[in-house]
Amino acid sequence: MAQQVSAKEPTIEQIAEQKIYKQFGVSDSEYELICGFLGRKPNYTEIGVFSVMWSEHCAYKNSKPLLRRFPTTGPRVLMGPGEGAGIVDIGDNQAVVFKIESHNHPSAVEPYQGAATGVGGIIRDIFSMGSRPIALLNSLRFGKLENDRVRYLFEHVVSGIAGYGNCIGIPTVAGEVMFDESYEGNPLVNAMCVGLIDHGQIQRGVAKGVGNPVFYVGPATGRDGIHGATFASEDLTAESEAKRSAVQVGDPFMEKLVMEATLELIASGIVLGIQDMGAAGLTCSSAEMASKAGNGMELYLDEVPQREEGMTAYEMMLSESQERMLFVTEPQHEAQAKAIFERWGLHCAKVGKVTDDGRLRLFHKGEQVADMPVKALVDDCPVYNKPSKVPDYYLKNGSIDTNRYEQTIDLNDALKKVLGSPSLASKEWVYSQYDYQVRTSTAVVPGSDAAVVTIRGTRKALAMTTDCNGRYVYLDPEVGGRIAVAEAARNIVCSGGEPLAITDNLNFGSPEKPEVFWQMEKAVDGMAEACRFLETPVIGGNVSLYNENAKGAIYPTPVVGMVGLVHDTDHITTQEFKAEGDIIFLLGETKAELGGSEFQYAVHGVTEGRPPELDLETEQRLHKAVLGLIQQGLVASAHDLSEGGLAAALAESGFGRGLGATVDFQSNLRPDIALFSESQSRILLSVKPDKADEVAAALEAAGVPSQRLGKVGGENLTIAINGHTAISAPLSEFRKEWKEAIPCRMK
Amino acid sequence: MKFAVLVFPGSNCDIDMLKAVEDVVQQPVDYVWYTSTDLSQYDAILVPGGFSYGDYLRCGAMAQLAPVMQEVRKAAEEGKFVLGVCNGFQILTEAGLLPGALIRNNSLKFRCHPVDLRVENAGTGFTKDYEQGEVVRIPIAHGEGNFYCDEETLASLRKNNQIVFRYAGDNPNGSVDNIAGICNEKGNVVGMMPHPERAVSELLGSKDGARMFTSVLNAWRERNGAASVR
Repeated sequence: MAQQVSAKEPTIEQIAEQKIYKQFGVSDSEYELICGFLGRKPNYTEIGVFSVMWSEHCAYKNSKPLLRRFPTTGPRVLMGPGEGAGIVDIGDNQAVVFKIESHNHPSAVEPYQGAATGVGGIIRDIFSMGSRPIALLNSLRFGKLENDRVRYLFEHVVSGIAGYGNCIGIPTVAGEVMFDESYEGNPLVNAMCVGLIDHGQIQRGVAKGVGNPVFYVGPATGRDGIHGATFASEDLTAESEAKRSAVQVGDPFMEKLVMEATLELIASGIVLGIQDMGAAGLTCSSAEMASKAGNGMELYLDEVPQREEGMTAYEMMLSESQERMLFVTEPQHEAQAKAIFERWGLHCAKVGKVTDDGRLRLFHKGEQVADMPVKALVDDCPVYNKPSKVPDYYLKNGSIDTNRYEQTIDLNDALKKVLGSPSLASKEWVYSQYDYQVRTSTAVVPGSDAAVVTIRGTRKALAMTTDCNGRYVYLDPEVGGRIAVAEAARNIVCSGGEPLAITDNLNFGSPEKPEVFWQMEKAVDGMAEACRFLETPVIGGNVSLYNENAKGAIYPTPVVGMVGLVHDTDHITTQEFKAEGDIIFLLGETKAELGGSEFQYAVHGVTEGRPPELDLETEQRLHKAVLGLIQQGLVASAHDLSEGGLAAALAESGFGRGLGATVDFQSNLRPDIALFSESQSRILLSVKPDKADEVAAALEAAGVPSQRLGKVGGENLTIAINGHTAISAPLSEFRKEWKEAIPCRMK
Repeated sequence: MKFAVLVFPGSNCDIDMLKAVEDVVQQPVDYVWYTSTDLSQYDAILVPGGFSYGDYLRCGAMAQLAPVMQEVRKAAEEGKFVLGVCNGFQILTEAGLLPGALIRNNSLKFRCHPVDLRVENAGTGFTKDYEQGEVVRIPIAHGEGNFYCDEETLASLRKNNQIVFRYAGDNPNGSVDNIAGICNEKGNVVGMMPHPERAVSELLGSKDGARMFTSVLNAWRERNGAASVR
């Protein structure tokens, strides 16, 4: 095997003797395995390639056993996990394609580019399937906004998402942002993209046909992002700042050109297989495409467009330069493919050939510089069943009575505190920086329970949302995981959609810690159970581990991205009250459940106890009943009760049109608990007065407990319990706290 | 009447503009590539929003050099209807077809939300179906929509009735005299930051932009002696 000619690169012997592989996250036993697969010791390029292919980010070596617990099939699922994105049938020969992915670690060191390239990467996953991207969503977590560094990260992450999405012209329609000390130093930046596709256009990343040429398209390869996948698979430390070069730089204009050209190429019908160069760049795309076809591949690295001089094979293979694609076509289509890219001002280079020997072989400067079995790279990474241990905090929390806090008397003030908590406050400061209307299909804009995007040429629409309450998952991962899925589905239902499927982003701390692995196991079990019950299979996703700061692991945050089908645009429903005099119903049961609530955090300054319970049968009954009422045209507004409980939901429903409400209901709970409990499986509806009886009867018949709370109208929000006024103030006062909380902190 | 929607590398409201023409006035409409050197068959040229050439240089500065812009200049001179929206407005100012310039929003942030606009000149080919002084709701989505011109230019814009739209509520970007859209002296070339093509159906939250499209069709029909439509 030829040794790469470079003064800086360690020799085969140095790699072995000085255990240089450890810098890349390869353990001694993994190194031994690699030597076994090769029948010799790897050179620098080879160990580099193996290390990224065997990183958690690419190989899921610590999470694979858990991911197998998810239900991934269903009558509508056309493609499950394993390709760029999952695909679900929506009828009329159309399908929806979606996936979520994290860019947490890059965003922690370089927030603008980290977030921007996270968006760019997920968009490529969608259009490389042949699908036209139609919407972007995100899920973000930061520390407390009182911290300067947090404000810097927040500001630049939002601006990076905006910079990329706005320029490429895909609307950012929904998302969630929460703030908690737990995420200080390790923000979470998860981006989701949704696309539409006709069944016949679905592409796969396969290197089909021995002898066929392999093409590279997109900008030239530079030295940026080298070892990005490895960087994402270790703890963030003080030294992480020095790995800034592992963060890529995004060029949304280039991606716009690559996207349009790629979709045109796919539509021309000459593509045999296509995959984007995301994590681990040329390495991962070439190895995976060869593997899925059961073939091998040769790459001629001198042909790879290079942005910098003197790049080594190692650097080219590990670069994560953005906006690049790899595709295979038959030799006779080469001219046609090149013409399409040239029209878009793009260069398309023939960089390789599909082979039948099952090996990934790299040639550079006339020599073979690497020769590795594809199967070993893609399939043979060892999978670890990590030890798991119940954490002490969990046991301790079991005996904490969350009703023991002194009763809060000034409930006006408490509601202001809750609404003014940045996690719950208006996110207008965020979403007004995103172009959420380009493509002119956004029927429900950011700020409601879920966004709704119409499908041109049909009466259908897609509802979409991201959800996860990390506090609940921390307090009880299994229940919290179940709630994440159920709440996402509830948001879809409140918007008038039928939940279809989910994509998940499992953000956890270091799996080397048994307590963290226990959180992962339990959260996955809870999510899997809810997905099975609510018939929303997991069609793809991402795992981001090693999310830690100086104080330890972040709150376990398995973000759920869900898409639902709205069968007719007439069913589209929003959370805002529509008209004076409409009758307000509360569906579901309110219990004394303050554990993990926003009230507990904002008013009492703690996150403790057990989170609210969730019964899946109750949840499903609620969804069916509400969706039925919406489809019959009986519902004026629907809002899921979540953070902040009933009091927050009543206020939020009024903010949209500045409509107050007068409410009086029966409860045997203490007033502060009744108002701020975050009991699950509850929805607030408003209905026209002449429909109220019909709605009440339908709910009773469906076995969904409901209470007629009162009426929409007036300038005040007045809430009484058992005839005693608990909250009463002008709605505008509450709105001010809610609206100004984030802008004030960002000034 | 035949419409052209120009497409530059990085245009991203081209599809929306084309759909608006199809949906609102049901007239023939084509995408016209930035390299085209012939616009003679079109009656109206629509320059859509987006990020032409990534806006990596000054917005519109690259696009105004594209071959098709020579033809746009010619069409404007011939009195054909030309509308630039958002990035399209920026391109028309860079091309010298409209006065002034669009600079960074005073908030230094991209802003996307509906705004109230007052129709200040209901006499242009694109605004004749509005009432003079009427307030309409049309969304904005831009980072560089802050219209700037010197005192002298502003005085002549006012004098010649070239201010077509002003922000009626808060000024979202710091533009001079609350200007949201202007026209050339003849009134056949209009540029505006808000997106009328995003306000053409109740489902999208407003239909107030639709009359921009009916206006131009009616103006063209009047000019050609055909009956107007409503």
